[in-house]
Amino acid sequence: MINILVRYWPELWSGLLSTLGSSLLALVGSLILGTLFAFMEISSHRWVKFIGRVYVEVFRNIPLLVVTMFFYVVIPMFIAKVNGFTAGTIGLTIYTSAFIAETVRAGIEAVDTGQMEAARSTGLTYTQAMVQIIFPQAIKITIPPLGNQFINLVKNSSVLAFVAGFDLMYQGNVVAATTFNTSDTYLAVGLMYLILTLPLSYFMRYLEKRLA
Amino acid sequence: MSMIEFHNVEKYFGDFHALKNINLTIDKGEVVVIIGPSGSGKSTLLRSINGLNTISSGKLVINNFDIADKKTNMNKIRRDVGMVFQHFNLYANKSVLENITLGPRLVLKENEEQSKKEAMDLLDLVGLADKAESLPSMLSGGQEQRVAIARSLAMKPQALLFDEPTSALDPEMIGDVLDVMKKVAHEGMTMVVVTHEMGFAQEVANRLIFMADGEVLEDDDTKSFFAHPKEERARQFLSKIINH
Ligand SMILES: Nc1ncnc2c1ncn2[C@@H]1O[C@H](COP(=O)(O)OP(=O)(O)OP(=O)(O)O)[C@@H](O)[C@H]1O
Ligand SMILES: [Mg+2]
Repeated sequence: MINILVRYWPELWSGLLSTLGSSLLALVGSLILGTLFAFMEISSHRWVKFIGRVYVEVFRNIPLLVVTMFFYVVIPMFIAKVNGFTAGTIGLTIYTSAFIAETVRAGIEAVDTGQMEAARSTGLTYTQAMVQIIFPQAIKITIPPLGNQFINLVKNSSVLAFVAGFDLMYQGNVVAATTFNTSDTYLAVGLMYLILTLPLSYFMRYLEKRLA
Repeated sequence: MSMIEFHNVEKYFGDFHALKNINLTIDKGEVVVIIGPSGSGKSTLLRSINGLNTISSGKLVINNFDIADKKTNMNKIRRDVGMVFQHFNLYANKSVLENITLGPRLVLKENEEQSKKEAMDLLDLVGLADKAESLPSMLSGGQEQRVAIARSLAMKPQALLFDEPTSALDPEMIGDVLDVMKKVAHEGMTMVVVTHEMGFAQEVANRLIFMADGEVLEDDDTKSFFAHPKEERARQFLSKIINH
């Protein structure tokens, strides 16, 4: 295994960087999108709520690979040619955002309703109450499940391999096909995923402690 | 001068008739205590005054503003009518001081210095100046409720609503909270208080209202209410809460 790591380090390292880049982009994107759709889900406007729910139900109930393939095939048909990395990252972002929306929504709903009532009863607007009182408390509740989502996201980024996204999994496949030493190759790839996920896992724990 | 007027107000939660033909006028400076069994609609009545729940029909006028009118700014009414809750509802993510200054800063547009100064004066009034930097989770229930009252007062409201402000408190803390409420009443604040603290009612209330099954069954000045309740159910209820 050490042999493979040394010999194919350039390929594996570039794969790791692609995975890292895709994951970071998808993390930021899905956090923004997910939060947006969480607020849509709890909106008092019937249509806004409906759109939020449909989005979440659709994208969290379709396999990631299908979502990704869809973007790989559909975007080029209507908008522009995309490479595997872009399509994969978009698929990953949208798929993950559905889960994050549910996580954030649950966090907001876990905040005692008395907090909102007290804020509204002193004349704060809904938005002011959300920003100042509810959301900061929801974030704290959301950090641990959000950590799980982020770790899943990094692992799920291996979907890029299927659309030639040149990520870690893709490079692993290439190396395995070259060396015919599948067991050692995938052992090495697994270790490299840990390089990404373990620090993330520790960072989320640290955040959890700091905010508690 | 009337501050709060209910005209034939009805409230339904789905099929459930929670408020039945409520007609009430509460004048500026009056202290009104509402009593009644659980589920009789006391909270619903109170909450409709600052729009935490809507009414189904009838007319509710606060400070000469019809709250059903689309032109009425509900946030403006809420600013003028404060609410104190059974479970205090202090903002868990803010310090005691921030709990009090948040409304004045965001809604009344006071600057930080002024809002802090006023908040400290209010904390003095409720006897908790030393807790300004504490988080609500570090306070006892009685302290939390006194901060909640200070938070409401910081908006310089024209009326305050209290929904069972002492019923979640340990007995030894009730007195401190009632003392603060008495102070506020003596300053001339219009107050509507749902409570079963009859000592407080006797001492500061001008009027007592008895509710049952969504109706106002009796509405009388405090003295005559205690002396001879007209309604049999009011009499029975009163004897129950006084003897307990
Ligand atoms: N949001 C709601 N949805 C449905 N029913 C409600 C709602 N709020 C109150 N009710 C019902 O309306 C009735 C009156 O409730 P309310 O809270 O006003 O009573 P209360 O007199 O304050 O009682 P308690 O002394 O227990 O606080 C109750 O039967 C309650 O179940
Ligand atoms: Mg109640």
